Amino acid sequence: MEIRSVKILGREGCRNCSGMHRNAQEILKERNIDAECIHVTDLQQIMAFGVMSLPGLVINDKVVSYGKILSKEDIRKYLGA
Amino acid sequence: MVWDFIQNELLGMRWLKAIIYGFVNLCGLDTESRIGGTVAFLFLDLTKISILLCFLIFLISFIQTFFLPEKSRRIMGRFGGLGARVIGALLGTVTPFCSCSSIPIFMGFTAAGLPLGVTFSFLISSPMVDLGSLVLLMSIFGWKVAALYVLFGLVIAVLGGTVIEHLHMEDQIAEFIRNTMAADLPEIEVTFKDRVRSAWSQVVSTYRRLIPYILVGVLIGALIHNWIPEVWVTSVLGTRNPFGVILATVCGVPMYADIFGCIPISEALLAKGALLGVVLSFMMAVTTLSFPSLVMLAKAVKPKLLCVFVAICTLGIITVGYLFNHLQGLII
Repeated sequence: MEIRSVKILGREGCRNCSGMHRNAQEILKERNIDAECIHVTDLQQIMAFGVMSLPGLVINDKVVSYGKILSKEDIRKYLGA
Repeated sequence: MVWDFIQNELLGMRWLKAIIYGFVNLCGLDTESRIGGTVAFLFLDLTKISILLCFLIFLISFIQTFFLPEKSRRIMGRFGGLGARVIGALLGTVTPFCSCSSIPIFMGFTAAGLPLGVTFSFLISSPMVDLGSLVLLMSIFGWKVAALYVLFGLVIAVLGGTVIEHLHMEDQIAEFIRNTMAADLPEIEVTFKDRVRSAWSQVVSTYRRLIPYILVGVLIGALIHNWIPEVWVTSVLGTRNPFGVILATVCGVPMYADIFGCIPISEALLAKGALLGVVLSFMMAVTTLSFPSLVMLAKAVKPKLLCVFVAICTLGIITVGYLFNHLQGLII
């Protein structure tokens, strides 16, 4: 799977959400994947994904996980590494 | 026989009381004395609530992994009218909720086209009645009180939703929410292991978050239990004051605490002669409405709807309080 974009849906200033964002960035960097990695905190944008339970993980604009704090290992699995 | 065992030993934890009171006595403190009594109450309630809390949160979080708001929204969307509000109130009891997530949930429900009444039935029942309060109330006040508490809570939620629905206050929702589009989310495969893991992480994070509230609650409870003269309690919160329920509700509304923090206070007040309805209306008020949650909700709805919401909850809680006062003789 070619990864074009990774989005973390989370709350502004939430430690768990920013942690997930950081971990995702690190994994992308480790694997030399040139994809955008954004922490989305705007509720309207989050709603558009259909997610209400945060944090959520979106890969290539597809929601793969929500309502769960993911560890670095979990994110790695979703990114297929 | 079996039921008595569950009620007294498993939920009421009489064995724990025997151990702790025995231990405090062994240490040379008389549990009948004020100081000894305070120490014993502190240790007993702290241990009891911690055990119940960890066990309960685990069980509840496990059940809740089946009812994320995304799924509840889909279920509610299948019903209409009063039925939808009943379903909303029922799902409110099992869907994980904390006042900080009320905005995303409110937005998500509204954007998905759920009627306002259903959303409010959900928003009222979710903090007021949850599985945790059910088991805790069973442990301390017995199953009859617990069952009625849940029943009355659900009735308030459904009635509240119905009133709001009939007032047609759709224009009272903040613009940015009305303009939001929501997508329906396909369910994501969750394994048994995932559920257990997520439940366990809930136990840890919830216990850490709640421990200050519990400590304060238990401390106040211990003080009431051993230091406040009974006549004070009965004259303000007991049979001598017909306005006890109103007083308790009005005091409880702005307060922010968790039901686990309220329980030791309620328990101590009840033992000192406060009426059941007074104690329970205080608990309902504290959990359902709080200053922080209202500030949050004020961002999503206009003042008129906010006032209606507060009024309905307050009136409902006061009514239930008086009902419990009248039923007290029959249920405990």
